[in-house]
Amino acid sequence: MKQTESSTFTVQTGRTVISDETMEYVGILGKLELTQEERQAAKKDMERMLDYIDKLNELDTSGVEPMSHVFSVNNVFREDIVEDRDGGEDTLANAPERRERAFVVPKTVDQ
Amino acid sequence: MKLLSLTAVELGKKIKAGEVTAEEAVLASMDAIEAKEGQVHSFVTIDREGALKQAREVQNKIQEGILTSPLAGVPVAIKDNLCTKGMLTTCSSKILYNFIPTYTAEAVRNLERAGAVILGKTNMDEFAMGSTTETSAYGVTRNPWNTDHVPGGSSGGSCAAVAAEEVCYALGSDTGGSIRQPSSFCGVTGLKPTYGTVSRYGLIAYGSSLDQIGPIAKDVSDCAAILEAIASHDKKDSTSILRKDLDFTSGLTEDVKGMKIGIPRDYLGEGLDAEVKEAVLASAKKLEEQGASVEEFDLSLVEYAIPAYYVIAAAEASSNLERFDGVKYGYRTKEYEGLHNMYKKSRSEGFGTEVKRRIMLGSFVLSSGYYDAYYLKALRTKALIKQAFDRAFAKFDVILGPAAPSTAPKLGESLKDPLKMYLGDIYTVSVNLAGLPAISLPCGLDKKGLPIGLQIIGDCFQEKKIIRAAYAYEQAGTYQRSPLAEQ
Repeated sequence: MKQTESSTFTVQTGRTVISDETMEYVGILGKLELTQEERQAAKKDMERMLDYIDKLNELDTSGVEPMSHVFSVNNVFREDIVEDRDGGEDTLANAPERRERAFVVPKTVDQ
Repeated sequence: MKLLSLTAVELGKKIKAGEVTAEEAVLASMDAIEAKEGQVHSFVTIDREGALKQAREVQNKIQEGILTSPLAGVPVAIKDNLCTKGMLTTCSSKILYNFIPTYTAEAVRNLERAGAVILGKTNMDEFAMGSTTETSAYGVTRNPWNTDHVPGGSSGGSCAAVAAEEVCYALGSDTGGSIRQPSSFCGVTGLKPTYGTVSRYGLIAYGSSLDQIGPIAKDVSDCAAILEAIASHDKKDSTSILRKDLDFTSGLTEDVKGMKIGIPRDYLGEGLDAEVKEAVLASAKKLEEQGASVEEFDLSLVEYAIPAYYVIAAAEASSNLERFDGVKYGYRTKEYEGLHNMYKKSRSEGFGTEVKRRIMLGSFVLSSGYYDAYYLKALRTKALIKQAFDRAFAKFDVILGPAAPSTAPKLGESLKDPLKMYLGDIYTVSVNLAGLPAISLPCGLDKKGLPIGLQIIGDCFQEKKIIRAAYAYEQAGTYQRSPLAEQ
C-alpha cells in the first residue's frame, strides 16, 4: 500500500513513551520472558502502535456505552449433562509430561 | 487433474451421478498436491490414508442413499486452527507442534455429516495473526498467481489450495478479514458469515467477539452451499444464534433489479491502488446495468476501525492465549526453575514474534490504569461504527467496495513494518467489529496479473442479499484460473 500524506495513513510517532517498568509489568501479565533485545523491539513497536491507537481520542465517545457484543445476548444456560465418553486418556496423551492419570507440573507450593 | 477445475457442487453432482467416486476425487487431489505443494505450500498436514478411508466409507453411504448432500464425497481442506479429532492441529505455531485434538470443531462435524472428506490442514498465519501467511512456524505459503507474492492471510493456505486447484473448497476463519483478504489476493471467493451463524466450538480462539468460520471456493454457488452445510445453532457455543433462514442457496438468483447498492466514498480515497479502484467501480457499473441502483455515500469512521480493532483483538488474544502454558498440551521448554519460569519460557519459546507482540499489546490495554483509555474507548468506538453501518443499511441493501487496498504484495515486504501491514485491513475489519456478513469475489486482474477482490457487505443476517448481488455479478464469467491451477 502506498503511504500518502493525510490523516488515515500517516502516523505521528514519538508521542507515547512506555517505561521499562511498564514493559516488565506487561511481560508478567502476558507471561512472556523477552530477551533485552526483544524487549527493546517490542517497546518500540508498542509505542508506535499506541501512537496510532491514540487516533481514537479524536472521537467524542461521551455518553456512548461500550459495546462488547453486537447482538443483545444474555448468558446461555444448559443442563450439565455428560455427553462424551471419558476422553481422559486422549487428553493426557497431549500432555508434555504425565504420570498415570495426572498432568505433571513443577512444584507449585513450598513446604 | 481435470476434476479439480470443477466447483465443489459440480464435483458433488458427478459423484452423486456415479461418474466419479469419492475415492477418485481424493486421489485427484493427492496427485495435485504432490505436483504443486513444492511451489505453493498450502498445507501443514496431509492425511492421505485417513482421507482415502473416509472416502470409501462416504462412497458406500452415497450408494446406499444415506448421504444426499451436494457436498457428499467432495474433498475439503481445513484451516489449521479448526480442531480435527485425531489429526494434528497446530495453528501454524510451534507451541502446538504436536497437538492432537480429542474432538472435532462443530463446523467441521457439520461438513462430515454432509459427507465431506477431509484431506488435511492448511497453513495460516500463526494463531491467525497476520495478513500474509508468513508468520507460520511451518514456512510461508506462496500465491498461485505468482509465487514471489504472498497469498494474503491469515487463511492463506486455504485460499492458495483452492486457487492452485489442489482442492475444490476449503474452510477458513475471519477475525479482521482473514477469509476475504486472501480470497482477494488469490482470486477465489470467500464468505464471512454474520457473527454467530457458524459455531465457533473447536475453533482455536483469537478474538472471540470477532471470529467467524466461513467457506472459500471458486464461486458464489459453492460458498452458499458450503455455508448452508456448516451453519447451525450449537449449544456448545454460547454466542451461536438460532436462525431459521439458513437456506442460503435460495439467494442464488441473478435478479438484482431494484437492489440498492451503496459505495462508501471513504473506501475509494487515499491509500487505494488506482487499478483496484477502477476494477471495483467497473463491477458496480455491471450491477447497475443489470438493474441495481448504485450510489456513493459517506460511511464515516472508517479510519477509526483499525485502531479499535487492534485494541479489541489484541485484548481478547492476550486472554485467549493464556491457555498455552506448557501443562496440558503442546510445547514445554526443556529447562526451567519452578512453575512460573516454566510458563514464561515455554510461551516465549513457543510463540512467534507477531503473536508475542499482540499478547503484549493486549495485556497492556487491559491492565489497570489503561483499561478505560484504550479498551473501553475501543468498545465505544465499535458502538459508533455499528451505528454508522445501521444508518447505511437503512438506505442500502448491500455495500460494495474493495476487499483490500492493493493486490498481493511480494513475500518479505509486509513484515518489515507491522503497522503498515495492519493498515491493509482497512476495508475488512469494520465488518467484524459490526458482526456483519461479507463476501470477497474476483473482479479482474491488475497489470502485474494479480487478482483484485470485490467485497460486498450485507446487514446482519442478510447473507442472501450479498449472495444474490455476488451471484448476479459473477454470471458474466469473472472467474479466472491461476497459472498454477493450469499446470
